[in-house]
Amino acid sequence: MEPAIEVKGLTKDYKEITAVNRINFEVKNGEIFGFLGPNGAGKTTTIRILTGVIKPDSGAATIMDYSILKEPLKAKQIMSVVPEMANAYIDLTAWQNLMLTGELYGVNKKKRQERANHLLKEFKLYERRNHLARGFSKGMKQKLILCMALLTKPQVLFLDEPTSGLDVESARLIRDTIRQYNRDGTTIFLSTHNMEEANQLCDRIAIINHGKIAAIDSPENLRMKSSSLKSVEVSFNKPASANELSKISNVTQAKKIGDKIRLYTDEPHSVINSLIDYARSRGLTVISLNTLAPTLEDVFIKLIKEHKEH
Amino acid sequence: MLEYQFLGQLKRAFAIAKKDLRIYYKSGPVVIYGLIAPFFLFLAFFIGRNMPIERLFTGLIGMTIFFSSMSISPAIVPFEARSRTLERLVSTPVSVWAMFIGDVIASFLYGILISIVPVIIGLVLGVNIIHPLVLCLGMILAAFCFASFGILLSAYPPTDVPSTVMMISTLVKFPLVFISGVFVPISEMQDWGRIIASFSPLTYYTDLVNCCTQEISYYSVFADFIALIGFTLLFLITAIKIHEKTIPERLS
Repeated sequence: MEPAIEVKGLTKDYKEITAVNRINFEVKNGEIFGFLGPNGAGKTTTIRILTGVIKPDSGAATIMDYSILKEPLKAKQIMSVVPEMANAYIDLTAWQNLMLTGELYGVNKKKRQERANHLLKEFKLYERRNHLARGFSKGMKQKLILCMALLTKPQVLFLDEPTSGLDVESARLIRDTIRQYNRDGTTIFLSTHNMEEANQLCDRIAIINHGKIAAIDSPENLRMKSSSLKSVEVSFNKPASANELSKISNVTQAKKIGDKIRLYTDEPHSVINSLIDYARSRGLTVISLNTLAPTLEDVFIKLIKEHKEH
Repeated sequence: MLEYQFLGQLKRAFAIAKKDLRIYYKSGPVVIYGLIAPFFLFLAFFIGRNMPIERLFTGLIGMTIFFSSMSISPAIVPFEARSRTLERLVSTPVSVWAMFIGDVIASFLYGILISIVPVIIGLVLGVNIIHPLVLCLGMILAAFCFASFGILLSAYPPTDVPSTVMMISTLVKFPLVFISGVFVPISEMQDWGRIIASFSPLTYYTDLVNCCTQEISYYSVFADFIALIGFTLLFLITAIKIHEKTIPERLS
């Protein structure tokens, strides 16, 4: 099957800064692809290139086999974007914003009215359809922008930080919508800072740092690859020293987290045994003891650090 | 396939024009530079001067169409860049030329609509329009030409500050009014004045209006039409070429 998005050697310089540095990746048809990275890593620049807003200095990108450089209108016709900053027309009503979007994509009047009614009801904006977007809250604006993006039934949907700054309910509604449209066949390219969101939604994740791809894999594989980030979390009936516990063999690092101490190790079983011995020898009682797999956030931070060192 | 071709893009240009008219017709710069400024300029120059009504009519209709057709177009791009709606437009399947033709259509319609008012005033005051068809055609061409000029004025520098563009636009518009036969007929100008006047598109429109109301014109009607068409093409093509290059800079 042809990839939905194919990126080859994409590079973009802004004066002396290389925002995107010869990146390569593919997004499979029908997958949710997460794009993670710290601020200024090149996420938004990549999305802007892939959506035809800016041109790269070199490299190529295709959306469903249409080159974004050679056939930009055809590529744009089959995709939609939810940009990072809300940008519906605030002096138009929700309904007018949706109709305008439909007209810009060449959707006929009957279809765009049907879709707009359906989406406004789905996103609980129907009652406010004749109100100017100027008076909408951030969450309502973001929902309106998502409605505008979905009106055209895109084959590929780009979302740049879609739940950033939203309340829990709105963020959940947007995540559920992403899942639903993905089930219906839409390929999703999701840029986010929210590791839990990426973990819950994405089939695969690319981590970008300083304009270069640091890793691409499924969230589970990324965690598995970072075995050094496994940990054992322990709490005793009396305070214990993290510094002392860090000297236990096979422990690479010990951190005090609230009333618990987290010990990072490749060998959790051996560390558990050592902890029991440690507690006995000091007359301590173990209140809780858990082994933890690395979180996506741990993996992300580790990869970014490694990437910086290289 | 057709949707990517001319007709499909033209439909999208009309959608953009509809949006522009809904959003910008009541914005500050449009009201100030499109309605208030030409009205007061007219009053300042013509009140108390003993002039035939036809001369007053030429001045009023010339300034109204010039200012109103250029009131929306220079402000749209910086407004949209600032509100980040330009980025949305650029990410849709609309070509750059269709985007700007849409803006020109909005300014053109606004210019035509506003310019009907002085025509009605003129008729009420007893101005005899000898060649109404020529006047109508002239108004259409002039409004399109000045709207395209407005788009050109917003092309450089690629700013997202509307007041910067409006300032540049004002700096260009006011001197043009003085050299275009609005206040002093071309035939009464010195040679050097006539040469300068020939570089202004407004000159050819005022010449047409003079021809339609007084049957006095410096150039032939044909030459006036050709000049207006030539200026329109020059402004439109140059504006689209510059905007194509500067949009990424405006968005970065």
